[in-house]
Amino acid sequence: MANTSPWNKTLAKQGWYKRNEIAITPWLFLLPALIMFAIYVVFPILQSFRISLFKWDGLGSLATHGEYVGMANYEKLLTRDRSFNISIWNNLKWLIFYLASIPAGLFIALFLNQTVRGIRLYKSLFFFPFVISQIVVGLVFTWFYDPQFGLFNGIIGFIGFEPINVLGDPSLATYGVIAAGLWPQTAYCMILYLTGLNSVDPEQIEAARLDGAKGMRMLWHVILPQLRPATFIAFVVTIIGSLRSFDLISIMTNGGPFGSSRVLSFYMFEKSLSEYGFKMGYGAAIAVILFLIMMVFIGYFLWRMYQDEKITN
Amino acid sequence: MRYLLKATVASIATAIALAGPASAELTGNLKINLDTSNPAPRATMETLIAKFQAENPELNITTNVIDREAYKTQIRNFLSADAPDVLTWYAANRMKPYVEAGLLEDVSDMWADGTDIANELASTKGALTIDGKQWGVPYTYYQWGIYYRKDIYQELGLSEPANFDDMLSNCEAMIASGRKCYTIGNKWLWTGAGWFDYLNLRTNGFDFHMQMAAGEIEWTDSRVRETFDNWGKLIRMGAFIDDNQNKDWQQSLPFMIDGSAGAILMGNFAVSPLREGGLTDDQLDFHQFPAITPGIAMAEDAPTDTFHIAANAKNKDNARAFLAYIVSSEAQTEMNNGANLGQLPVNSKASVDDDKFLNKGFEMLSSNSQGGVAQFFDRDFPAEMAQAAMEGFQEFMVYPDNLDDILERIEGVRKEAY
Repeated sequence: MANTSPWNKTLAKQGWYKRNEIAITPWLFLLPALIMFAIYVVFPILQSFRISLFKWDGLGSLATHGEYVGMANYEKLLTRDRSFNISIWNNLKWLIFYLASIPAGLFIALFLNQTVRGIRLYKSLFFFPFVISQIVVGLVFTWFYDPQFGLFNGIIGFIGFEPINVLGDPSLATYGVIAAGLWPQTAYCMILYLTGLNSVDPEQIEAARLDGAKGMRMLWHVILPQLRPATFIAFVVTIIGSLRSFDLISIMTNGGPFGSSRVLSFYMFEKSLSEYGFKMGYGAAIAVILFLIMMVFIGYFLWRMYQDEKITN
Repeated sequence: MRYLLKATVASIATAIALAGPASAELTGNLKINLDTSNPAPRATMETLIAKFQAENPELNITTNVIDREAYKTQIRNFLSADAPDVLTWYAANRMKPYVEAGLLEDVSDMWADGTDIANELASTKGALTIDGKQWGVPYTYYQWGIYYRKDIYQELGLSEPANFDDMLSNCEAMIASGRKCYTIGNKWLWTGAGWFDYLNLRTNGFDFHMQMAAGEIEWTDSRVRETFDNWGKLIRMGAFIDDNQNKDWQQSLPFMIDGSAGAILMGNFAVSPLREGGLTDDQLDFHQFPAITPGIAMAEDAPTDTFHIAANAKNKDNARAFLAYIVSSEAQTEMNNGANLGQLPVNSKASVDDDKFLNKGFEMLSSNSQGGVAQFFDRDFPAEMAQAAMEGFQEFMVYPDNLDDILERIEGVRKEAY
């Protein structure tokens, strides 16, 4: 203690780090997140790739119970599995129709973006469906569609239509589930737009108003461009959300009737983990394909964000 | 204590070092996972476990009751990750994946020759045997058959059908009176499988059915088609309630209770909710599924529900004692009586409760099922096959005209599943 000066000690200790501080510090801050990301995201992805090359029932260890089959799972999926085709088509329907929540959310946000007595209450009521569990949403809509006592058939019966069994009709079931999914997703987009509207520049609106812009022209040329960041995020969460759709299908139709409302994520579950599903390798192959589809979108979004950053820098 | 004692005799030989004096009360822990989530079975199990607890006050018992449908997917997780000591499951092919993966305990020692279990449960030994070893014990079984509204049949002057023509003509009379013949809720697929089982057992016989289960017969075979043709006759005449593809079986019962449908093909567990729904024993009656092809011996579905020990269990001695307790004739008699499970005891020394439907079922299974006794479609057929076929049944019941396509698809699965 006495013969080493504290100054020397600090120098000796910090010498290497001091020299590389700028390069290392960001990595140190990133390290915890990187480790987590590697363990919980990267590793499982690689594991899925590996499992998809095996025939394995998911019980017992892969090494002893699995049988290496190469690309056989993919070959079967892509050439002679009709359920897989149905699932892909349904995913496409989800992708397209789920996007309706964006304009719907924008519309409600514009409608609620005013200062009236109790507006906070109205806003939270509109946001309510996003807060409650998807399972509850699914149950509510299952009762809503019920062919005997459901509100839906009550309404269309009142207008004079024959009752329809939405969830029991193979050509309608998927649309019925998507409609249920739109309810919470619209609320989500609404919140994104409401926060976006808060940051709209009042001076620009003032200026546009002086130039005589109103109504749709004002919305299209002045408001919407300023909402671009919100729209972008809404697109991202809606598209990813549509590819992840699972809970509503599971609770409302269980993939039925006769497998007509399956999507990839549900089919994957059914093949590998459900009551009669003991094909872990096959399920992993479906997961890999779903992953690749998602990567197209995620890659695009990342590229877009990267481009935006470059412009602002 | 008496039945506990005699049941542990078998396990003493193997576990003598650990078990110590077998007559002593059990200590330590016992973790039980149950799928008996419906009200009556749940109460029954809880009562029986409470009794076991009273006999072994030092034993620390934990019971988890899991929703019956959810249990079917959770079992694989808890068997490998957080294994209970004792768990409920089903016999035959349904336990096969878990046996092959080494997740269930081999309990052949309990079934050794000369033990009470071997003597008293002999009739179900086959259903619990895979590779010459036994993997659990049965605790209950029940008959399947047609439960019908006797008062409505009488009102229309109908009697129990003796053959398929009677069945069809009864049904015509029901439809003419503005009712449906059969209620069914087919969202979870197995209810339709019950219809296939019976139509196939009656059209082609037990041996043919079991050959199908073993994958030896093509689904596009003309004999299979005959089964579907018979089924199609009922579907096309409007015998079944509408929108059955998205109802569960509980949702199909009100049609029977309010009289808008006359009958249901179901296991005996349907009696309890039907009685609770307000039907008296004068209104509700039971008959065996009628013969279709003359000369074919009657065969029945009688699924057996079972208890197992997890291979990763920590308290296997306690678990064996519990299994021995649950199959003892006293526990069997009490568990299966009309006020509790309302099903048939597997122990031959247990007495069948004096309940109308249990008596009829017991009599049917013991005297008029010479063809054989099947477990049930999804227990006799391998999982992948069962899933694909039952989905086909669900579609067939809504769109009978798609039959060719459905059979082609199921046949495609058969070629790969075996």
